[in-house]
Amino acid sequence: MPAKRRVAQLVMLAFAVLIVMVAYANVGLAIDEQIPSGMLTYGLGLGGLMLAAYLVLARFAPWADPLLLPLVTLVNGIGLVMIYRIERGGEDLASATNQLIMTGAGVVLFTVTLIALRDHRALQRLTYTSGFIGLFLLVSPLIPGLGKEINGARIWIGFGPATIQPAEFAKLALVVFFAGYLVAKRDVLALAGRRLLFIDLPRARDLGPVLITWGVSLGVLVMQKDLGSSLLLFGTFIVMLYIATQRTSWVLIGILLFVGGAFVASQLFDHVQQRIDVWLNPENDELFRKVGGSEQLMQGLFAMGAGGILGTGLGQGHPSLIPLSFSDFIFAAVGEELGLTGVMAILMVYALIVERGLRTSLSARDPFSKLLAGGLSFLLAWQVFIIVGGVTNLIPLTGLVTPFMSQGGSALLANWVLIALLVRMSDAARRPPPQAIQNEGLTQVFQR
Amino acid sequence: MNGTLKRTAVACLAMFALLMINANYLQAVRASDLEEDTRNQRNYFERYEVQRGRITAGGDVILAQSVETDKGDFRFLREYPEGPLYAHVTGFFSPESESGIEKATNELLDGSSPDLLLRRSIDLFTGEPTRGANVDLTLNPRAQKAAYDALRQEGKRGAVVALDPRTGAILAMVSLPTYDPAELSKPQKQPVFQRYDELAKDKSQPLLNRTIDRTYAPGSTFKVVATAAWLEEDSSRDAQTPVEAPVRLSLPQTSHQLPNYGGAACGDGRPPMVYALEKSCNTPFGKIALDLGYDKMLEQSQKFGIRQRIGIPMSVAPSDIGPQEDPAAIAMTAIGQRSTQMTPLQMAMIAAGVVNDGKVMKPYLVNKVTDAKGDEIDAADPQELSEAMSADNARKLRDMMVSVVNNGTAKNAQIPGVAVGGKTGTAETAKGQPPHAWFIGFAPAENPKIAVAVLVESGAASVGAEATGGGVAAPIAKVVMEAVLNQ
Repeated sequence: MPAKRRVAQLVMLAFAVLIVMVAYANVGLAIDEQIPSGMLTYGLGLGGLMLAAYLVLARFAPWADPLLLPLVTLVNGIGLVMIYRIERGGEDLASATNQLIMTGAGVVLFTVTLIALRDHRALQRLTYTSGFIGLFLLVSPLIPGLGKEINGARIWIGFGPATIQPAEFAKLALVVFFAGYLVAKRDVLALAGRRLLFIDLPRARDLGPVLITWGVSLGVLVMQKDLGSSLLLFGTFIVMLYIATQRTSWVLIGILLFVGGAFVASQLFDHVQQRIDVWLNPENDELFRKVGGSEQLMQGLFAMGAGGILGTGLGQGHPSLIPLSFSDFIFAAVGEELGLTGVMAILMVYALIVERGLRTSLSARDPFSKLLAGGLSFLLAWQVFIIVGGVTNLIPLTGLVTPFMSQGGSALLANWVLIALLVRMSDAARRPPPQAIQNEGLTQVFQR
Repeated sequence: MNGTLKRTAVACLAMFALLMINANYLQAVRASDLEEDTRNQRNYFERYEVQRGRITAGGDVILAQSVETDKGDFRFLREYPEGPLYAHVTGFFSPESESGIEKATNELLDGSSPDLLLRRSIDLFTGEPTRGANVDLTLNPRAQKAAYDALRQEGKRGAVVALDPRTGAILAMVSLPTYDPAELSKPQKQPVFQRYDELAKDKSQPLLNRTIDRTYAPGSTFKVVATAAWLEEDSSRDAQTPVEAPVRLSLPQTSHQLPNYGGAACGDGRPPMVYALEKSCNTPFGKIALDLGYDKMLEQSQKFGIRQRIGIPMSVAPSDIGPQEDPAAIAMTAIGQRSTQMTPLQMAMIAAGVVNDGKVMKPYLVNKVTDAKGDEIDAADPQELSEAMSADNARKLRDMMVSVVNNGTAKNAQIPGVAVGGKTGTAETAKGQPPHAWFIGFAPAENPKIAVAVLVESGAASVGAEATGGGVAAPIAKVVMEAVLNQ
């Protein structure tokens, strides 16, 4: 039977906050040769925030997985330190204060979710509502007057000075929808159709939802020029379909559809083709000099190369050379200052979060929880893979935030809610089942 | 669903494994390629991370220093408080390269030299940042300033180099036109490269250090070498030994004849050697060289330092008298024409060798190297480069050169109360071009303090005749010598 491990969790949480504080002091020492003056408030702020999160968790989800909160605290904190460091490096768009405020808001949302959502299975009843909300959020930037175009991507909506990236919240709503929908329809979807070679092909009419999701993600790609979100959504849906139906054919069909769609898109849109050219030949000088060419990617790679195995040390690299170092390319800035060592450690932390999520999914007791936890965990892993793989030129670069690290309130809030859902589900999964009444003297068990 | 969930978990692990393998490939395997990429601006940021050492002259005049800034990517910026005055000595420190002393002692200045290993280890231990070593130069700030001002007043291209004859320490090194090293030492690539391009394309070649990077025909100043060879051949010869001095010297295997300047006679045709030198007659030296032959002239020149690779620590362009040509050519060599090509530094070394009892000292610029704490790492150790003449013969030649200043073509170099020695020169260059004006000399003859060479390119345009070197170059040398003697 799983233990609560509350003390261990508190110690790990304190350790995560301590690592972040040391990193923060490190930046100050490297740049100003003194401990940053805001060290105490900053430390107390983050520590207090996490203590509050811990107390709410201990009260409202006592059986929750003890690793999730400390791990997320660590990546969120390292992200904060990097943004502080990048801001100090002269990047006007980076603001550690804003990010700290958004972290606070994220933790508040985390606790609110835990308190308000006592039983996550309530979400199952909101399957279609979630689907509708998700789709609306996804297309909302296209609504005239509401949507805003920033840096060539129309993925924002604005209310006065505040901007929100609704796709970040749409992801969550859509995963809830996928989980609910697939639980309801999985038997139908899993029904064998024709068998061709070694693959069981589904029936044509069951392809409907797959084609709709494919259409929506292509729509996102085309209308909003948001390659990353498109790839993220479609991939997550296909994997959830596979988990639910246990049929490899869905994965193959999904890959074929995506490759086909991407190929058509690359023929139709220059920016897609250019991303692929850049991926294949990042060092080509002509591409390097081209506007929107490979310079951004190469600057990231130069940074990672400069970091080498041990890194330059916090505050001693040159993140100002990396475009978007505070958002999409924050991982390159980490690679420079913390080196391969830091990169491996942070990837390991992400892998652990995903692994804890999938463990929750495995031990969950009902199909909806299994699918939702599996889907959310994969969403996180897939997002890290797409953006980190893109920045390190493992795959073509598509813009996405690095979860918990990149600057940006929408993503941070959405990801804290994602973690709250995983915590809620792990609490349910690890909670000992109610004791069965074992009074054989009163109850007769009949067997036929 | 647990089966597919487990497979999904494996897929997630595989994705993270791919990211990790790729990160290892990037940061361990490809790191050095990425670092060396010319488009990687970090290559020249790092140059500004270390507090580069100071370059000073005479211990306290700061020629170059790194000053800490509090903003942006460039931590330390290079300053040159003396501006163009020492440009060719210090050189510049540009985003991608350096020159002069900045280049020649780069490893000391940026602290990477093996000589600083101990210091670096201590700094690592005590947690102090690595700092470059300070380089103190032998230059005499007064002499440098005097040379610069005097040459600039002439308004022509030229070079002045002064040595301490007894040690080889370089006291002044001026080349005109010059440039401001600060303009080429900004950390921003664009303006620096643009300025460098302008300077490199400038026909007057301001980037060229004329004292060591370029050779010139030395003209009559080279008669000193011919005289040295002549003295060395027979120790019974001295200043009063008569020499053959026809109005025109017939050259073997050619119809050409070597005249004296303006076809003038040289005394009575058999004047004493000292007279030939005072009046800078051509024919006696042509005759001497013909009698000595190419090999002996070459040997004597080599004893003064030609054809040697010298680092001061910047490398000096080798001087040469050229290959052995027709027999007539050596007569022209004796008067510093034909293939005879000397750097101004080499000519200063010749004057210094004569006044230092025939011993030519190895010229050097670095007086002392100290680490950031002030502890001495290295100090100059004067070395003899070669013995050009016997002390006896050297004194004879020295006195003849004093006579040239007292009674001959170099009267403009006279300093009241000081025995100054010297020799003027006028070197013909291309046809139609005004000749170069030269002066080499030393002071005082006993216990010498300074040997100097002055070259003014095309300096003979305004003043006529053989007196050119004496008219244009000697007064500059006089000012420089006074600057050193009056300290």
